[in-house]
Amino acid sequence: MTNITMVQALNLALRQEMEKDDGIILLGEDVGVDGGVFRVTEGLIEKFGEQRVLDTPLAESGIVGMSIGMAAYGLRPVCEIQFSGFSYLSFHQIESHASRLRWRSQGRFHVPMVVRTPYGGGVRALEHHSESREAFYAHMPGLKMVIPSGPRIARALLVSAIRDPDPVIFFEPKALYRAFREEVPDEEETSPLGKSRLVLEGEDLTMISYGAMMRPSLDAASELKDKDGIRVEVIDLVTISPLDDELFVQSVKKTGRAMVIHEAPRSFGPGAEIVSRLVEKAFFYLEVPISRVTGFDILIPLFSRENYYLPNVQRIVRSARQLLKT
Amino acid sequence: MPRNKINISDEIEHLSVLNEKGQLDKDLEPEISETLLLNIHRTMLLGRRFDERLLNLQRQGRIGTFAPITGQEAAQLGAVAVLRSSDWMVPSFRETAAEIWRGRTMESLILYYSGFNEGGRIPDDMNNLPVCVPVATHLLHAVGLAWASGYRKKDDVVMTFFGDGATSEGDFHEGLNFAGVYRTPVIFVCQNNQWAISVPRSKQTRSQTLAQKALAYGIPGLQVDGNDLLAVYSAAKEAVERARSGGGPTLIECVTYRLMMHTTADDPKRYRKEEEVQEWVGRDPLPRFQKYLIENKKLLSKEKIDRLETEIKEEIQAAVERAEEQKSKLKEPLEMFDHVYAELPKNLKEQKAQLAGELSGNKKEDGHD
Repeated sequence: MTNITMVQALNLALRQEMEKDDGIILLGEDVGVDGGVFRVTEGLIEKFGEQRVLDTPLAESGIVGMSIGMAAYGLRPVCEIQFSGFSYLSFHQIESHASRLRWRSQGRFHVPMVVRTPYGGGVRALEHHSESREAFYAHMPGLKMVIPSGPRIARALLVSAIRDPDPVIFFEPKALYRAFREEVPDEEETSPLGKSRLVLEGEDLTMISYGAMMRPSLDAASELKDKDGIRVEVIDLVTISPLDDELFVQSVKKTGRAMVIHEAPRSFGPGAEIVSRLVEKAFFYLEVPISRVTGFDILIPLFSRENYYLPNVQRIVRSARQLLKT
Repeated sequence: MPRNKINISDEIEHLSVLNEKGQLDKDLEPEISETLLLNIHRTMLLGRRFDERLLNLQRQGRIGTFAPITGQEAAQLGAVAVLRSSDWMVPSFRETAAEIWRGRTMESLILYYSGFNEGGRIPDDMNNLPVCVPVATHLLHAVGLAWASGYRKKDDVVMTFFGDGATSEGDFHEGLNFAGVYRTPVIFVCQNNQWAISVPRSKQTRSQTLAQKALAYGIPGLQVDGNDLLAVYSAAKEAVERARSGGGPTLIECVTYRLMMHTTADDPKRYRKEEEVQEWVGRDPLPRFQKYLIENKKLLSKEKIDRLETEIKEEIQAAVERAEEQKSKLKEPLEMFDHVYAELPKNLKEQKAQLAGELSGNKKEDGHD
């Protein structure tokens, strides 16, 4: 067990998997000598050499497209797009090929690759470095869309994503890279994709969230318990697509009240799908309308005002109190 | 400050062996075995006749849209004929003859163009990627395959096909650049057929040739007469040998012409003149190659070609019948949920069950069981 940050946990996952499987190749901009702009791949080029850690030309489509070819050959590329805001330059490679090659070739080829990319606000960055566009990728059949919420789960999920036979886009909440530490076991740990997690048990209200928004959700749950005596159940989705609705449907059947919290814009965001599932599968258990605490339907403002955009503890607590009042 | 000259090669070679009048440049004639020459000829002829039959089937409404290859047989076959079966071919969507050469069955093509996913199935022992519709995006897959082949210490090379329009796409440039940087064993074969649907080659780029694009990426580029099978073969052989021996990628521009429409949904009369088409009919690669085989190599005769025509006609007819038979067995639409993921996720299981329910419900409503 070591007490490490998410950056270190992701690095551990890559290092241990690369030791086990020489088919795992890292590629991306600045992932080699520089160790990645967030240092997730630090030390890996020294350990595994330039044949396994490729500093690529500055071209996102090239990185993802080349990874698809490597994966079709039978390797397991893990490529990095430096910020998810630049992933659109490879969007067509993910949508038109990574997610379709298994289907198009009727099972002859598959694309066991991972696209790692930091997403989300809260680090006072420039434009294009703070958005949360997981809905784009959750909408693609054939692709899996995963978002960890802390160091330990991030490490386990990345191992599972690398071993998965299908392409996985792995959004890393950059605000959490170094925000806190967790005990992470040295020995191997995996976490199944497509399974959400019960993080806090409660009776009165279900909060459904993921990624960077898990922290304010848990803080809000704790404030509601201390100040209002409200017992909140908190679920971490972990995988956005394919969405695991069993756990949250079951939970809402118990609590009768549901809130979805994400920093992505509200309209057509993951919350819209979650609410739909609840309406389809738990409608008669609902005591009150479902609430969404999300980013606004605007572009995330530059950093001096991003805190007004991002859901925070106060906004979540206020919304929860409303739900309990009605 | 003076402006100093940086010496960058600005020369691009154009290779022609068998000119449009069928005259042979003996010095440049490649050594090709008689069996290989006859096999290439057979596939050229088959590709041409199959194209005609597909067009016929499309006009009868028996298959959907497809992209004809007529006029481009030499550009495709001269190149793939150099490959070993363990090498890789990464096609776009206008390589029927090359796909057949690599072992794809005609019935799988008919099935595919009849709108059945099963027709796109790539057999386990065939190193071809499936047809790729978004222009130029597959060049990067070829680079990735080639990189992987090198990483696994194999000497297999990758050949990828695309058109003149593709050279305007960003992925063309990223593909050539990555291939150059990593020195991957890829052969980029551009079938410059002069037209990207309605846009002529002259509107794609100010460059004098497409081959010269290679120079900017530090890799060799060569232009060949794409309707001259011997020229295409020679250029491809040189490029494949270079790639196999660690010399990296090559761009080959095959100057050819799309004698038919872009796809069966297109009407070329809207944008090009019949005189231009007729000019290129005069440069048709098939009679040119036949003349070489008859006069220079004494391998063929009019009678032999006639016999071959009959044989091919029957072969195509048999494939059409096999495809019809396979289609009749493929009524089950539930397969559409397969091959999306390795394992069906819960939502897909639910949706598949929903469709299955609808199907059995329909049967009951129709009075069937």
